Amino acid sequence: MDFRFSEEQTMTADVVRELLTDVCQPADLRRLMGEGAARDEARWAKILEMGLAGALVSEDQGGLGLKAIDFVQIAEACGYAGLPEPLVENAGVALPLLAAFSGNVRAAALLERALAGEVTVTVAHPANPFVADADTAEAVLVVRDGAVHLVETGRAKIVAQPSVDPFRRLFTVEFEPSAETLIADTEEAAAPLAAALDRGALFAAAQMLGIAQRCVGLGVAYAKERQQFGKPIGSYQAVKHHLATAQVKIEFARPVLHAAAAQLEQGDLYSRARISQAKLACADAADVAARTSIQVHGAMGYSWEVDVHFFLKRGIALTNWWGGPAFHRERVAARVFARPLGPEHTFAREAENA
Amino acid sequence: MDLNYTDEQKAFRQEVRSWLEKHVPETPLPSFDASREGFEAHRAWERVLADGRWGMVTWPESYGGRGLDLIQWLIFEEEYYRAGAPLRVNQNGIFLLGPTLMEYGTDEQKSRFLSSMASGDEIWAQAWSEPQAGSDLASVRATAVLEGGEYVLKGHKIWSSRAVFADWAFGLFRTDPASQRHKGLSLIFFPLNAPGVRVQAIPQIDGETGFAEIFLDDVRVPAFNRLGGEGEGWNICMATAGFERGLMLRSPARFQVAARKLVELYKAHEAEVEPTVRAAVLQSWMDAEAYALSIYATASRLAAGGHIGPEASTNKIFWSEMDIAIHKAALSILGARAELLRSAPEAGDIGRWLDGYFFSLAGPIYAGSNEIQRNIIAERMLGLPRA
Repeated sequence: MDFRFSEEQTMTADVVRELLTDVCQPADLRRLMGEGAARDEARWAKILEMGLAGALVSEDQGGLGLKAIDFVQIAEACGYAGLPEPLVENAGVALPLLAAFSGNVRAAALLERALAGEVTVTVAHPANPFVADADTAEAVLVVRDGAVHLVETGRAKIVAQPSVDPFRRLFTVEFEPSAETLIADTEEAAAPLAAALDRGALFAAAQMLGIAQRCVGLGVAYAKERQQFGKPIGSYQAVKHHLATAQVKIEFARPVLHAAAAQLEQGDLYSRARISQAKLACADAADVAARTSIQVHGAMGYSWEVDVHFFLKRGIALTNWWGGPAFHRERVAARVFARPLGPEHTFAREAENA
Repeated sequence: MDLNYTDEQKAFRQEVRSWLEKHVPETPLPSFDASREGFEAHRAWERVLADGRWGMVTWPESYGGRGLDLIQWLIFEEEYYRAGAPLRVNQNGIFLLGPTLMEYGTDEQKSRFLSSMASGDEIWAQAWSEPQAGSDLASVRATAVLEGGEYVLKGHKIWSSRAVFADWAFGLFRTDPASQRHKGLSLIFFPLNAPGVRVQAIPQIDGETGFAEIFLDDVRVPAFNRLGGEGEGWNICMATAGFERGLMLRSPARFQVAARKLVELYKAHEAEVEPTVRAAVLQSWMDAEAYALSIYATASRLAAGGHIGPEASTNKIFWSEMDIAIHKAALSILGARAELLRSAPEAGDIGRWLDGYFFSLAGPIYAGSNEIQRNIIAERMLGLPRA
């Protein structure tokens, strides 16, 4: 029992965090928004240079062979930075899902190009009514009646569904399923799709934890600067207590997220409940932190000029991405109402309680 | 990160479990705050624990412990609450003063106080607050004047948990009469039966007498009873408070067992309650789990040589607010029966939820009010300016 990250895990996340600090500041986001471009190609190239596209793909298949626990802090850093590019969805979810079907020739060929950073892949999973980044992706993994189809975006009808978050690019995807597009039948697809949902929910949670900390950070910075009644507003208890309450939310979402990441590979009722708990806790933290930050900023907080709204909007989006609160509460309920409870079961797994 | 128990840890859990199964009293002991009888019954239980060397497993063997690490302590606590074993009447001693003594005490002080603490022979009360020094603890007025190798204690302490029946108390005294605020304070122990000590019970909202006022009128104790240097009392006190808020005062198992009982209560009354209660029940379970995971993370960090910092204040806020939420959820399930005393013919399975709810309301107040904790978080974690 050792609930700590390894030095390597923390170092990898630090490198990503430092890169994003350099190239993904709110000023960079605003420039991208002004250009109306789908992504910042220079920034995306730098991220790909780190070799992270294949982070969660096994070494046998040409990836880095990392696990969710190795990637979770990277996803937090992406949330903290408000990164528009699809590092989390592509490397964190789509490519490990694609790799599960690499017995298929088309999937294998696409995986090779995606690992090389030439193209990205996205997923149309039943948990999400929309598909992210379909315009820049080479292909979409679409679930139809439980089976998985691999569809080149050039051969599908893609309809934009504009999001309030200027850096989220959502679409609906229509295509004609055929024997040619099919890469995995229902039986073969079931376990990889469940794992994709787990990863999607976990990394959405991680991004929301990053968002929450960013919102508190923005609020703290403003509260130290802004003076009223002759003193920084952050010296008043009313303001302090708002921000402290948001930080408490963060402090008790974080260990849930990290335990969920460590337990993801179990793929059982217990690990799924923990992932769902993390999704709920991180969404709650992001919600409280964003609202607190806006309140602490006063009228400025309601302005377009202050950056908090970018993080507020990403939080709203991710709260419902890869399953909304009601969906995840039911996954928690499935564990709570049907399995043993109590302190001796904190780290339980199905294999031990079957 | 490895969230699996080692074989050694699993074996330890089994050892604790089988010992507790043999020794935990079958019928619950009477409250230690309601009567001398209840207090002594809990002292007797402390002796049973001590005889099995289970009193404080993290302490060195020489003081009656087992020299185990914090993960093993958590496992012990999990089994302890799982078994429904009695509350620890000496928690002020073993969880708060003990670790502080271990860090700041001389060898002579350790051998004088720790073994008798571990055995339950001497049960401790806190004597920190005063009528004019609550959240503003640094404004204590009680004095300790050194006269011929003895301190003469004078003052008025209040809200001292366990003081009605306990044997000893530890408190903050001003040893430098010219000093202000945090300076010039010392941490001094005194026997509650010493000449000049008068203890007056304060009835609580639940009708019990868990806390008391202590009047000190020229109480003489040897200078040996001062922990740490003269004038260092504040810093030592804060170290104690760190342990209290951070780790030991409320072990996660307490809330995980409460959440389990809440789920059982909900299942028994599912058909009668409104749908919002279900969400509250699930949230209670999630919060108890979140607290446990957080403490595992902290324990892992401390075991690797880390220190507990201002994040201890986040723990205190979290568990105290969770405790209220768990009990509120239970009361909403009980509905109209929630107000009944257990002696009422129609009480049914109301259990101790109402008592627990009352006690939970004290949580955001004791051990440093949650307002003070939020100040600490804002100033020391987030770096906001002091008022």
